[in-house]
Amino acid sequence: MGKKVLMKGNEAIGEAAIRAGCLNYFAYPITPQSEVAEYLSHRLPEVGGVFLQAESEVAVSYMIFGAAGAGARVFTTSSSPGISLMSEGLSYLAGAQLPAVFVNIMRGGPGLGGILPSQADYFQATKGGGHGDYHLLVMAPASVQEAAEMVMRAFPLAEKYRNPVIILGDGLIGQMMEPVEFPDYLKTEPTKKDEWATNGMQFRNSNKPNLVKSLFLDPNQLNENNLILKAKYERMKTEDTLFEPYNIDSPYQVLIVSYGTMSRVCKTAIDHLKENKFEVGMIRPQTLFPFPEVAVFKAASKETCKAVISIELSMGQMVEDVQRCVQGLRPVHWYGECGGNVPTPEKVMEVVKSLV
Amino acid sequence: MGKTYQKPESLSDQHTHYCPGCTHGVIHRLIAEVIDELGFRGRCVGIAPVGCAVLAYNYFTFDFQEAAHGRAPAMATGIKRVRPDLIVFTYQGDGDLASIGMGEIIHAANRGEKFTSIFVNNAVYGMTGGQMAPTTMPGQHTTTSPFGRNVEDVGMPIKMAELLAALQTPAFITRQTVIKPKYIIKAKKAIKRAFTYQLENQCFSFVELVSTCPTNWGMTPAEAVEWTENTLLGYYQLGEYKTPESISGGEDAK
Repeated sequence: MGKKVLMKGNEAIGEAAIRAGCLNYFAYPITPQSEVAEYLSHRLPEVGGVFLQAESEVAVSYMIFGAAGAGARVFTTSSSPGISLMSEGLSYLAGAQLPAVFVNIMRGGPGLGGILPSQADYFQATKGGGHGDYHLLVMAPASVQEAAEMVMRAFPLAEKYRNPVIILGDGLIGQMMEPVEFPDYLKTEPTKKDEWATNGMQFRNSNKPNLVKSLFLDPNQLNENNLILKAKYERMKTEDTLFEPYNIDSPYQVLIVSYGTMSRVCKTAIDHLKENKFEVGMIRPQTLFPFPEVAVFKAASKETCKAVISIELSMGQMVEDVQRCVQGLRPVHWYGECGGNVPTPEKVMEVVKSLV
Repeated sequence: MGKTYQKPESLSDQHTHYCPGCTHGVIHRLIAEVIDELGFRGRCVGIAPVGCAVLAYNYFTFDFQEAAHGRAPAMATGIKRVRPDLIVFTYQGDGDLASIGMGEIIHAANRGEKFTSIFVNNAVYGMTGGQMAPTTMPGQHTTTSPFGRNVEDVGMPIKMAELLAALQTPAFITRQTVIKPKYIIKAKKAIKRAFTYQLENQCFSFVELVSTCPTNWGMTPAEAVEWTENTLLGYYQLGEYKTPESISGGEDAK
């Protein structure tokens, strides 16, 4: 770890990518994440990297495809409407098994929506967005520090699975300034890329062409490709599910499931309630896909737990995963706001207390 | 006497799936010959389109990526930016490049990306079964213009070479055809020149090839050649529309 610096989340995300050894960035401006591009437009030339402002988010996703297909470490950042446009490319990247990192600094929707923080792209990130049977590995930071760490972790994960990874932050994570201490520079290189990347036969001393594609006209071959993808998603569940438990050893009556900025408000509410002898536990998913299914089920199973609530900056999206994991064992509730207002700890306390 | 004519090393042994009278096979061979002659097969990356040539990678013997519809120029941009030492070309049809991929090709050309686009214009959507393309001729019957292309309704066919030549960024833009040997010789020269500009890291290069589609035109291969020469070439005039040496482009550069 280096020394602590005060940085805006968006800038920290850009710097973290460089420290992860990713020197290739293609992007299109959109609020509230444009500072990533602004930061990298001067920072990447300093380190001999590639910075290109594309003509659209659609084009960005295919510049990423081309670069990733050629074996380069590459990433982009955007916000909700932009991610919708990139979703075609995300489907192709997943189908062709290419590693790449995407960052979505979410704003409110649908449509143009607004420019303030939101978590309304949960479904889009975890359940698809593009067409076909695929998943992204979805990471959700709750601070600028964690955003930087997750970006650095995202590249090796994308390469491990040869699958796109998306960092799902909200507008506050991007815009907020916080102290951040960057982990050491990532030393690993993308491995085994000579087996699949179109990096030029002469450079890998081979006479066998590599082919990057997602078309399988033979139904058996297409099924086979989908089984390969499914096996990867199952492996993600066992090897790379991340979550943070909070006040989980207490005899809590209510279990909160919350992530990102919203989970920080929930922590404050939990602390206040604890002072009033009202115990509340929380599971904060750090990966939204794979979702911490077992952790949520176990936490909900605790004898003292009377109710579970998903608190999110959306009209009730993650709550469907929470219901799935709780399996009817406890009543599952939802509370959230959309539009850019982040609920206060007092509001969360009121909602939680009303459950029992 | 030794062999004087043989299959290029850059072409595979596989039989193509193309229809009788289709010019994709000729164009594939010309590209392969040029790659052999310029000797960059080992660092070549082709990008296959969505269209009849989606399986083009089966017929070549070097690295390939398969694009989503129209996105090949963005992919080529991504590859060239991170690996300028690779020689990259997109192979695209008229629906792919001039309709859904119009944004990508214009901006790649305007940025002066150092890759080559081979644009196969046969005035119709081939793979999906003969629908109207942006390059379909006025009055031409297709499965989605059963009464003939009505220019009052959908506008005139797009002349891609002229359109790209109007951009101010230096580029090599040419239109050729491969329907007869005399044209094929010129087309090969143009393809070779396009790749040479890329090898010299000079500019974006674009070779439009006016092509046939007897199947979807409802013609015999011989009729298709005749229709191309008499009708298409009247509208899609052959020639050099721009060279990096003549920045102005358009008529002056011919």
